[in-house]
Amino acid sequence: MTAATTDLVEGGANARKAGQYVYIAAVVLLCAWVLVPLYFLLINTLSSPETVNAYPKRFIPEFDLGSLTFFANFAGILTALKNSVLVAGLTMIMSITIGAPAGYALSRFDFRGKELFRLLVLLTRAFPLPLLALPLAVMFIRVGIDDTIFGLALVHTTLAIPFAVLITFSLFSGIPIELEEAAWTLGCNRLTAFQKVILPLVLPGITASAIFAFVISWNEVFAAAVLTIENRTLTAFLLQNLDTSPLHLKFAGGFILVVPALIFIFAVRKYLFAMWGIANR
Amino acid sequence: MNPRLLPYLLIAPVTLFLCLFFLYPFVLVAQQAFSNGSGFTLDNFRDVTSHWKFPISLRNTFLLALAVVPIQLALSLLMATMVNRMKRGRDLILYIWTIPLGISDLAAGIIWLAIFEQSGFLNSMMGGLGLIDSPTTFLSYSTPVMVFVAIMLAEIWRATAIMLVILVAGIGLIPKEYYEAGEVFGATPWQRFLKITLPMLRPSLQTALVLRVIMAFEVFAVVSALGGTLFPVLMGETYEYQFRLLNSGAAAAIALVILAISIAFTLIILRVLRVPKGATI
Amino acid sequence: MLRPKLAGAVSGLALLVSAASAQAEVLFWSTQAKPVEEAQAMRERVLAGAGEVDYQPNDAGPWITRLNAELEAGSGSIGVLGALHGDFSAMDPEDLVNLGDLGLGSASDTFNDLAKLGTDDLQYIPWMQASYIMAANKKALEHLPDGADINALTYDQLIEWSASVMEATGEAKFGFPAGPQGLKHRFFQGYLYPSYTNGVVRTFASDKAVTAWEKMRELWAVTNPGSTNFSFLQEQLLSEDVWIAFDHTSRLAGAFNERPDDFVAFPAPAGPEGRGFMPVIAGVAIPKTAPDMDAAKALVAHMLKPETQIATLRATNFFPVVDVALPDDLPPSVQAAGAAVATMSASADANPGLLPAGLGDKGGEFNRVFVDTFERIVLAGQPIEAVLDDQKKTLARIMDETGAPCWAPDAPSEGACPVE
Repeated sequence: MTAATTDLVEGGANARKAGQYVYIAAVVLLCAWVLVPLYFLLINTLSSPETVNAYPKRFIPEFDLGSLTFFANFAGILTALKNSVLVAGLTMIMSITIGAPAGYALSRFDFRGKELFRLLVLLTRAFPLPLLALPLAVMFIRVGIDDTIFGLALVHTTLAIPFAVLITFSLFSGIPIELEEAAWTLGCNRLTAFQKVILPLVLPGITASAIFAFVISWNEVFAAAVLTIENRTLTAFLLQNLDTSPLHLKFAGGFILVVPALIFIFAVRKYLFAMWGIANR
Repeated sequence: MNPRLLPYLLIAPVTLFLCLFFLYPFVLVAQQAFSNGSGFTLDNFRDVTSHWKFPISLRNTFLLALAVVPIQLALSLLMATMVNRMKRGRDLILYIWTIPLGISDLAAGIIWLAIFEQSGFLNSMMGGLGLIDSPTTFLSYSTPVMVFVAIMLAEIWRATAIMLVILVAGIGLIPKEYYEAGEVFGATPWQRFLKITLPMLRPSLQTALVLRVIMAFEVFAVVSALGGTLFPVLMGETYEYQFRLLNSGAAAAIALVILAISIAFTLIILRVLRVPKGATI
Repeated sequence: MLRPKLAGAVSGLALLVSAASAQAEVLFWSTQAKPVEEAQAMRERVLAGAGEVDYQPNDAGPWITRLNAELEAGSGSIGVLGALHGDFSAMDPEDLVNLGDLGLGSASDTFNDLAKLGTDDLQYIPWMQASYIMAANKKALEHLPDGADINALTYDQLIEWSASVMEATGEAKFGFPAGPQGLKHRFFQGYLYPSYTNGVVRTFASDKAVTAWEKMRELWAVTNPGSTNFSFLQEQLLSEDVWIAFDHTSRLAGAFNERPDDFVAFPAPAGPEGRGFMPVIAGVAIPKTAPDMDAAKALVAHMLKPETQIATLRATNFFPVVDVALPDDLPPSVQAAGAAVATMSASADANPGLLPAGLGDKGGEFNRVFVDTFERIVLAGQPIEAVLDDQKKTLARIMDETGAPCWAPDAPSEGACPVE
């Protein structure tokens, strides 16, 4: 490819260079688009109550830790954090172990009821959870899984399953079936072929589903507020009432809500774009 | 193992799970929409659709979805192709672009309100640059277009990453040889995008679009944070009926209307972006 | 790689399920004192001496959903409910434990009557009260119209005042809680209607009501157009987007506590029929599914103790319902609001209203009639008479279906309160 470039005439190189600048500018612009609003949140989080309410706003944080300290001293916040992480982790594991096989089935087989199944999976996302919470809570109380991490994770898994099924489905569909068949002829059975050939290819997709599952569970407020009492998650414990709190605490609370999710995505990002896909052969 | 049974075995866990935690409560709730305590009735539907706000919220929901989803589709495709070509810093850039994924709509509402409110960051910035003398009210009943644009921007900011992640995972699966072949035959980057990327990406595009469209019809928290009472949407009306008017029959009725709209759009997308059983080489 | 993870998860599950039994605490399930600071003050100060109490404030949605789920399942963990009168009146009194035998109650018989929810026995115990008042930035005071007394303002003067502030600053600086969480309906039910029509239900579509809505339009013309996003006016007072505001005392408190020297509190304005105003009552009740009835009753009794009531006042800006001498060192918000409410009640033209009663679970629909009327007349600019005639039908249907008799300032009725 480099050889091809050097062969190009001068004008082509210039055009390419200009294109390169446009490209870099676009990347920078898009990064700013994402980061600037977050930076505003950071400024407000690190501001004293007076500054939060002041106009015009400052564009450099003053590093007042008052609002964050308030939350840090909030009794029970660590337990709530632990609960949130547990629920999100369980949701992640359950939604993928249950969802990925279905995604594989959807992409590789034609079977009776396939469309119906797909619709059922999608419908799960198309109906608001707060309406379903009442019958679910009644069921949980009767069965005895009310106010447990596990019970809440079940509900969150229901929310995450459509993502897990559909994302793995689209990933499996992108992998040529011939690849799998080749593995079968080389002495693999369906399972080992799957393990050795397909799984590495879809790891980015699995990571994407995992991120979705984690984030969905982490940010879910309503079911968490209804279904947990003793074992409140961070969102239900602290942040469901954010909109009624004074401004400076509103921002600090929003910040606390955002940070762990960002850390999680940061930790798994390399799998998201794992370059051992077909593209790299 | 009987290969005809295999797909059913693979989808059994999801089916069971969804029947228990989605279908069962869903049927109970949906029943309420069709009953008035004594028997079958369509009164709930008649009541909610005849309320003066219903056509407005229906129109708003559609307008917002129509305005936001295509932009997000284009933007996420652009970002995904950009990331794919990137040589250095890919990890970091992708991470930055996926950050909004971890941000709940509650927090997104708080962040964008801080930007658009009267003493917010946008006014501060414009004031600092000398563009305005005194802060303007962006979110007022006299400037409905501005309210709409603000909601649009916040939604684009918040929910583009959802599509991006799915598309990035899918784009990584497209064999590089295709692009190299395209280059050899003199295809421009745009032609390569049209002839190789788009068709090969169909499974991921389908998934991303379906999930995004379904969520677009359920939009609520950001809209209510920025639009206040000025921009009613269907999901807001659902919550109004369920929790303020304590009329769960009417709430279920609106939720079913949303569900029907979602199904219709899902079927259209599934039909238009039909995915073959496994990609072929 | 998956298998050990799974095994770990399963054993983890078993642990989690078994860990969630044994509760000794009383769960206090509340819709009040929600802001994080107030919730913390409730836990650390108000409930400190009440034994093991788990105070959980919730939004209306989760609050009612969890409560209904427990009632439907027939068992639960909620020990004590804390909510507004309206929340309780939407419930079936059968689901609440009769509390008459506790010998508790508020100093006001009116409140105690309301708390019976139409039965013969106390269904909840009045717990704390508040009201709606006005607040202003001191910068606005120089623009007061000539001869206007801030403690005896009329609606016309308020409009004139806001107009001259607008003229002086170039911005509309009256603020009104018309946002999604705002309590605008209470302004119409308890303030505008009584002040202009001396009624709420009977006079809903009267000629006087037409005048009231015309005034509302005039007021709206000098109101910050961002008001449709405002739900807690303390925020806009502090950011100075708003100089003059109407809101719930506890939703103005933040402004007074943060900058006590910059703001004044004063009574709501008066109209031709007097100075309409309305109380807010929160109560505590025990659902029939409470796991430990004695502990729950002990907690209810604790909430009514004079010293608890004072601590509650400090924590939430809601005033005591029992007779108790207020100490001198109360927070600035409480002092300001207390003085304004006292002036309002003692004013010569006071026209106090009551909370809607007997509406049952139609309370939300009743509120919506007023909110819809506002949005159609003021925001959408539809003709006043036509809107009132249209909304009147809904109101009449609600009154007929519930059979709720009239409440003050409407004249008493035989049977359902008629919309005239």
